[in-house]
This record gives sequence, C-alpha cells and structure tokens, in this order.
Amino acid sequence: MKIIELKETITASNDRDAQELREELLRSGTLLINLMASPGAGKTTLLDRTIRDIGSRYKIGIIEADIDSDVDARALSALGVSAVQAHTDGMCHMDAGMTRTALEELTYDDKDLIFLENVGNLICPAEFDTGAGRNVMILSVPEGDDKPLKYPLMFTKSDVLLITKTDAVSIFDFDFDKCEERVRKLNPDILIFRVCAKNGKGMDAWEEWLEEQAGSWGK
Amino acid sequence: MHEMGIVIHLAKTLDDFAKENHVTKIGSVTLSVGEVSGIVTDLFTDAWRYFSGKHPILEGSELRMEIIPAVTYCDGCQKTYGTVAHGRICPYCGSGETWLVKGNELIIKEISAETDDPAAVTDNK
Ligand SMILES: Nc1nc2c(ncn2[C@@H]2O[C@H](COP(=O)(O)OP(=O)(O)OP(=O)(O)O)[C@@H](O)[C@H]2O)c(=O)[nH]1
Ligand SMILES: [Mg+2]
Ligand SMILES: [Zn+2]
Repeated sequence: MKIIELKETITASNDRDAQELREELLRSGTLLINLMASPGAGKTTLLDRTIRDIGSRYKIGIIEADIDSDVDARALSALGVSAVQAHTDGMCHMDAGMTRTALEELTYDDKDLIFLENVGNLICPAEFDTGAGRNVMILSVPEGDDKPLKYPLMFTKSDVLLITKTDAVSIFDFDFDKCEERVRKLNPDILIFRVCAKNGKGMDAWEEWLEEQAGSWGK
Repeated sequence: MHEMGIVIHLAKTLDDFAKENHVTKIGSVTLSVGEVSGIVTDLFTDAWRYFSGKHPILEGSELRMEIIPAVTYCDGCQKTYGTVAHGRICPYCGSGETWLVKGNELIIKEISAETDDPAAVTDNK
C-alpha cells in the first residue's frame, strides 16, 4: 500500500455535485435561493410575505426541508405556489443530492424562482453546498446580536443576511450596528437587510434585490 | 444525525477519488479533525464502520483521526488562546469579542491505498 496525500475537504464530492446542479439551474434560468436560519427565526413568515408581494410576476416553487413535517409546505401552497416536502431522512442539513431529488419532484425547468427552506439550525446547513444560486441567512432579533461570534461559518457562506423581527427590538437588547460590524468582519461582501415580515417594514429593499437577482440569473 | 451525513460524503469523496486515480483498495484513511468541528469521534467511527462496509473499496479500512487544536483570537487585546480551555471569553482581558481562527477543519489528510496503475499517483513515503 502507498500513502497518498489528499488534503481534500470531506465534503468535496458534495461540492462537485452542487456545482453541477448550479450549472443546470443556470441553463434553465431557475434561481434557487437557499434559506438558512434557526428554528422559528421566521423563514416561513418571510416567504409568505415575499410571495404575496412579488409572487405574481414569477413562477415560484418551494422546497421545505423541515424534519418530518409538511405544515410549512401546506401553508405556502395555499398561496398558489407549488411546494414539496424534501426527504432529509432525519439529517440535519440538505445536501446537493437531496436538493436535486426535491427539485426533480417539484420540476424546476419551468420555474423562475425556487426557495429552499433548509433545516432549522445555524451549523450543519452551512457545511453543505446545496447547489443554490444564492445563499440567504435569516437572523431574528430575539436570537441576539452575538450569533456571528458563535456561528461564524454560516455568516461567511451567505450572500445576504436578513435581520428579521425588527419590530421586537424594544423587548430584546439587539444592537444592529454591533451585529453588522461583527458580520462584516467575517464577510465584507455580505448584503444586510433589516426587515419585519409582520408589518412589512424594510421588505421592499430585500424584494428589490431578489427581483434583480431573478432577472439576471441565467440570462 | 450530523456524523452520518458527513460519513456519507466522506465515503463518496473517497469513492470518486479511487475511481479517478486507479485505486483498487483503501487500507486506511487519516482525517484532520478540528477540535471544535462538532464531530463526535466515537459516533463518527461507528458511522464509518457501518457505512464503509457498503463500499467494496473501503470495506474493512481503518479510520484515523488527528485532532487539530482550536485557537481563538481576541479583538480586545490581539492575543490568541486555546478555545477549549477558555471558551469565548478572553482569559487575558475578559473581552467577548473573540473569533475562532483554527479548529473547525474537516479534511481528508491522506489514505493508504493499492493502485493498479503505478504511474497514476506519486509515492510519498
Ligand atoms: N414579531 C414578529 N414575529 C414574527 C416575525 N416573523 C415571524 N414571526 C413569528 O415568529 C414565529 C415563527 O415564525 P415562522 O415563520 O414559522 O418561523 P420558521 O423559521 O419558518 O420556523 P420553523 O420552520 O418552525 O423553523 C411565528 O409565531 C411568527 O408569527 C416578525 O417579523 N415579527
Ligand atoms: Mg418554517
Ligand atoms: Zn483579550
């Protein structure tokens, strides 16, 4: 036997699958948005509001990865978008293979925009590239402004950070400037939007960004 | 479960590597695992034993893990310290503005393998 040096990350095969999937999605003009957050951060509420605001202009699909529950998928299909429940087999994240299976079940070449509501936690989903065109992370005000210090990887992997539940700031001592400074130290290029999906405040800037991305993806 | 998810990808990454590099059998796999990468090594070994049995190339192979110590940097006093001993609060100045600089890695360092094409890979040792 000989010793062969690899120096590869353990998830290298997933990274390759993800890149392949991303290229296919680019060819079909389908922008896949990977939404990552803690349980209860407000992912479903944010999607609901976003789809009500701009949904009529796009063919939208939703993949729900919540472990063993199709409550969110049913709530969102009530808005008239197609939604599927991904089968994560109890896994704490979605990987490129699971995402592909869910996309095929949903059918993606006829969609403009697909949201993947990843499994709720701030660690594992950040380690696995799903093949999404853009990674969006949600941090809600009640979770605290110290999360970038505790869970740095997800902040470095995200293109956009949505700070949600801004209406609750008077109850929780969340320091927006401090939080953003910490995030930018990890990821200078990240875009940060402060939004409230309940009263709609700040949603326009996020939706404008989303429409820009959907418009230029694969064109 | 986190370990199982990682093991599945590890096995697949090794399988891909084997196919591309004329590897017919893998005898051992050495990983560099960060101290705070979140991997429970016992669970990982169990998951490996179960899962490697499903890939003929990996069957019976030995899994070795080298731990990379975790190091945290403090913004307050610009010093570094051991993460596991002191956590997120700097032991020198008490600041909580601290960042992990090392210890989150999950890398396949090397494998020992049999190949059917002697020219395909370089002999390192
Ligand atoms: N005050 C306030 N509450 C919100 C906001 N967005 C969501 N919530 C509430 O937060 C709770 C969780 O919201 P969801 O949208 O279900 O969160 P989620 O991230 O989809 O949750 P899981 O899928 O269960 O992980 C609900 O009670 C929402 O009404 C907001 O902007 N402001
Ligand atoms: Mg939800
Ligand atoms: Zn210090």
